[in-house]
Amino acid sequence: MELIQPGIGLIFWMTLSFLIVIFILKKFAWKPILNGLKEREKSIDEALNAAEKAREEMKNLKADNEKLLQEAKEERDNILKDARKMKDSIILEAKEKAQVEANRIVEGALVTIENEKSAAVHDLKNQIATLSIEIAEKILKEELKAKGKQKELIDKLVSEIKFN
Amino acid sequence: MRSSIFLTILFTLAFLVSFGNDETKLHEDEEIVAEGELNTGKMIIEHIIDHHDWHIMDIGHTPVTIPLPVILIDNGKFVVFMSSKFEHGHATYKGYKLETEGPNKGKIVNTETGEIPLDISITKNVMALFISIFILLWVFISIANRYKKNPNTAPKGMQSLFEPLIIFVRDDIAKSSIGEKKYERYMPYLLTIFFFIFFNNLFGLIPFFPFGANLTGNLAITGVMAVFTFIITTVVGNKNYWVHIINTPGVPWWLKIPVPLMPIVEIMGIFTKPFVLMVRLFANMSAGHIIVLGFIGLIFIFGKINVGLGYGVSVVSVGFSVFMIILDLLVSFIQAYVFTLLSALYFGMATEEHH
Repeated sequence: MELIQPGIGLIFWMTLSFLIVIFILKKFAWKPILNGLKEREKSIDEALNAAEKAREEMKNLKADNEKLLQEAKEERDNILKDARKMKDSIILEAKEKAQVEANRIVEGALVTIENEKSAAVHDLKNQIATLSIEIAEKILKEELKAKGKQKELIDKLVSEIKFN
Repeated sequence: MRSSIFLTILFTLAFLVSFGNDETKLHEDEEIVAEGELNTGKMIIEHIIDHHDWHIMDIGHTPVTIPLPVILIDNGKFVVFMSSKFEHGHATYKGYKLETEGPNKGKIVNTETGEIPLDISITKNVMALFISIFILLWVFISIANRYKKNPNTAPKGMQSLFEPLIIFVRDDIAKSSIGEKKYERYMPYLLTIFFFIFFNNLFGLIPFFPFGANLTGNLAITGVMAVFTFIITTVVGNKNYWVHIINTPGVPWWLKIPVPLMPIVEIMGIFTKPFVLMVRLFANMSAGHIIVLGFIGLIFIFGKINVGLGYGVSVVSVGFSVFMIILDLLVSFIQAYVFTLLSALYFGMATEEHH
């Protein structure tokens, strides 16, 4: 029978201590524990969201990077192309310039040569004339040594003169 | 630091241990071994009921007990003394006597008037209650401190042991029975009863001091908790809840008028719910103890017939006892769960909105 007869003392102590336990645990245990759990769950959620966001951003960034890289490549290609073009044009221009210059130089040279040549010919003519005169003088001297000859020549010349 | 406080208390309790005298023990043995036969039934009941002292073990014929304070209120007067003064029911002290037989067995009776004074002694179960409360507070306040000191970190040690249970109570008991919006208000109570029942169920299975008291297998304990659940249910009950009781919707009118059959059943239901809570926990935990003790008792019953038979049976009995204790571990959890779940369900029912 004792088994199913609850003792008054036990009921009293149980009621008293159980109420105290509920209040102490509520204040010092359950509240911080439940708050802690809630906070942690919240922070985990936030962290997961942040990670998801970061991944998204990373993806965008990667795409951006790729785009940038592509653009850079294109730009490089363009620059190279331009450079090549420029190089070709510079070479061409230089060649043309060189040609023109060369032609000019050659022309100049030709003119100079021509001038020198005519100068030389002129000089030569002069010298030949001088020489010829000297030779003629010597020949005349030699020819006109004899008196007969002088007289013959004079005659001949006189005969040639016509008085019109 | 905390464990040293715990040890100090244990040693203080051990210091109080007194050695009873041989004569009384012999007398008790005579009762249990009546006419050369073991009274196993008596032995079992002795183990699961409350006592005014805490019997730890017998050394030879000397019982080692911890005397506990007796507190009586007799005609408005406080009478306080240690239970060792009764010498296990064989001595009268200050005009009070511990009855050992008859209808008042186990109670303290005033020998002059023959009346039973109001007994609020610190009995074995009260002591066990205090010890379990001490452990409960120590465990959960230390866990709570970790939550406060290291917020947003992974659980560690004891915290990781109890966190799943706390989350289980929150998500699978409170949230699912009461609802997302209102559950938070009941969490302190639900967590307290869950862990109080769970801890005491487990402590009841440990056969050594300071555990082993059959606390949750005591009607006073389960009754008080059931009354708490009843009071909370009744106080928080909204209009919808009371309408359901007085004028249950969806029931034919002739069940309500002229004989209010359904209202009577429903009103009875208000009281049977906590009553069933009380009896279920008490019966489950007491039954577990009785079965284990029964198996152990078998050894001595057979041992009385033949010593060899006793040894033979002991193998089977110990096997079954181990099995029962393992089963009781499961039952400890299930009963704590069921009590908490049903309390939560009643709160949920009381606060349900009309839809």
